[in-house]
Amino acid sequence: MSTRPRYREESPFKIHGGCGLMGICDESGALMSGEDAILAMAVQHDRGNGLGGGFAGYGIYPEFADHFCFHMMYHDLRAKEETEALLDEHFLLDLAEPMPTRPVKGITDAPLLWRYFLQPYPDRLEESEMSGEDYVVSVVMTINSTIDGAFVASSGKNMGVFKGVGYPEQIGHYFRLEEYEGHTWTGHNRFPTNTPGWWGGAHPFALLDWTIVHNGEISSYGINSRYLEQFGYKCTLGTDTEVAAYLFDLLLRRHKLPLSLACKALASPLWDEIDRMPEDEKAVMRSLRAVYGPGMLNGPFAIVLGFNGGMVALNDRIKLRPLVAARKGSTVIVASEESAIRAVIPEPDQLWTPKAGEPVIARVKGMGWPIHGDLHLAPSKISCAVSGTEQSCETVEVSA
Amino acid sequence: MTQTKYATQPIEGYRHVAPEVRVEGDVTVIDSNAVYYKELNEAIRGAVAGGAKHLRIENVNGQRYIGTGLAGEDVRIEVHGTAGNDLTMLMDGPTVEVFGNAQDGVGNTMNAGRVIVHGDAGDVLGYGMRGGRVYIKGDVGYRVGIHMKAYESLVPIMVIGGNARDFFGEYMAGGMLVLLGMNTQFADQPLVGSFLGSGMHGGTIYIRGTVEAWQCGKEVGIAEATEADMAELTPILADYCEAQGMELADVLKVPFLKLTPFSHRPYGKLYAPM
Repeated sequence: MSTRPRYREESPFKIHGGCGLMGICDESGALMSGEDAILAMAVQHDRGNGLGGGFAGYGIYPEFADHFCFHMMYHDLRAKEETEALLDEHFLLDLAEPMPTRPVKGITDAPLLWRYFLQPYPDRLEESEMSGEDYVVSVVMTINSTIDGAFVASSGKNMGVFKGVGYPEQIGHYFRLEEYEGHTWTGHNRFPTNTPGWWGGAHPFALLDWTIVHNGEISSYGINSRYLEQFGYKCTLGTDTEVAAYLFDLLLRRHKLPLSLACKALASPLWDEIDRMPEDEKAVMRSLRAVYGPGMLNGPFAIVLGFNGGMVALNDRIKLRPLVAARKGSTVIVASEESAIRAVIPEPDQLWTPKAGEPVIARVKGMGWPIHGDLHLAPSKISCAVSGTEQSCETVEVSA
Repeated sequence: MTQTKYATQPIEGYRHVAPEVRVEGDVTVIDSNAVYYKELNEAIRGAVAGGAKHLRIENVNGQRYIGTGLAGEDVRIEVHGTAGNDLTMLMDGPTVEVFGNAQDGVGNTMNAGRVIVHGDAGDVLGYGMRGGRVYIKGDVGYRVGIHMKAYESLVPIMVIGGNARDFFGEYMAGGMLVLLGMNTQFADQPLVGSFLGSGMHGGTIYIRGTVEAWQCGKEVGIAEATEADMAELTPILADYCEAQGMELADVLKVPFLKLTPFSHRPYGKLYAPM
């Protein structure tokens, strides 16, 4: 299997700047169109420079809720044919169609954009001895790393990523997001710093239904990507944020870490902070840093992780990027700036700036929580995966 | 009518139009509703250049640079709504009063004047501030008062009514930071985070309440505020209380700590060993 070539737009250049992000989730499961997400990003227009905008929506494909949906980007028809042959081989395709778009001033050079609602062939899946999710992940990695000019923008159930080169309000308009309804949306405005602005490199980054929007710079990208390679993840999209999406898939889905621990693995407490912790908590944190050291995200970041069931917003441990959160009734909203929140919800019940390294969590009522373990267990009671004690294991099983 | 290629337009965050300006008595009222910051600030600067002394800016939501670079000690600006980033950056004289919260970077490199925020403020408040006063009612974020400095009669003063996060007074070179920990939505948390005054080599930090030694940078000396210290601090607190509608007696109920640097040149020997 050959590796795809390096593209012209991947040529190295560097622009300094920031990014903007948002996330909104109605914990009651009530649906909203993509317009609120677009508005929150439009207010943060100046945080980007038109070289990347994107959104993720959850609950948007109820008619195909049990199908994996692949949002695809193709540079040309040959890439499309090659990809479709690969998809045909692995999946039963129930619907393949071009993404609905409209012409928008300023959006140019769009790749071919298609979406596919599909399910793994039961016999192929059985042969592979993998879970449905692992099966999908392996196909995604194969497409991204071996097919010249083909990229998977998202690959989860009942969700999708809409992204490209442009300002987010243009991209949202281009993809007609006012026509979709979801219970959770995230959005991103890109100001590329270390890597180029191209359609595949816009945020959100996604694998299965995990999506990440990110403001910052992951300076540990090198060690993170090498660590992920050991587990079969291939970083091919030329943007540091990609590793965060795969790390959450690894920690939450495959290693089944509780969310609180996964967040502590990625945004670890500093060593002197750990030294001041009670003994049991200290033991967990030390083990966590030892085991997941190569997975730790170093550098400044604010991220929003979206998934079927809610969203999680998280800052780096010394808050080098802005993040504001608010709640009104059952709606939780986060953004880089308070003004983005107030454009959507002028008078929230509560508005605060989250503490560094402590996640803001929104969880849709009645939806299966895809994350192992309970949210609010004391560190002394979490994760047999880390501390290996029997007592902890029992707790995890009960709360899963 | 000609049919355009683009059926509708994308959602706009702000519009590139001049804001509506009206005069009510001696107050110039500017409606900034969804007006882009550039056009808004042109209107503000235009009004001040035209002799307006009292401005009221309504429906503010995130517009940046309000009051930036403005001069004139007799100019007073009311901001109603959420003030955007870099409020009063490089300001030299006016009073800006925010009825709402302020985002990041308030008082960035500010020279003179007064900023009163009747709400919370974000990160890097008073970055490199070198004069004037900033009075925040509620909580503030990370890196507040980073590299504040003073020279002769130019002494910046910042009073925070709520809690502050990590790196409060980081690299502080001069001026005064006062942290009260009173008007906070995080009453169950310590009134200040870690790395308090780390790299501090000038100025004074007063804390109403207590801090642990591990919260402070290694350059910081902690002492109880003396009578002489309180004589210096009390008029400032009285001024703050008047601006924020609080009782001075309530503020003085709890003793203050005074934080000062051990050395004004902590790294003087780092690169040039004697």
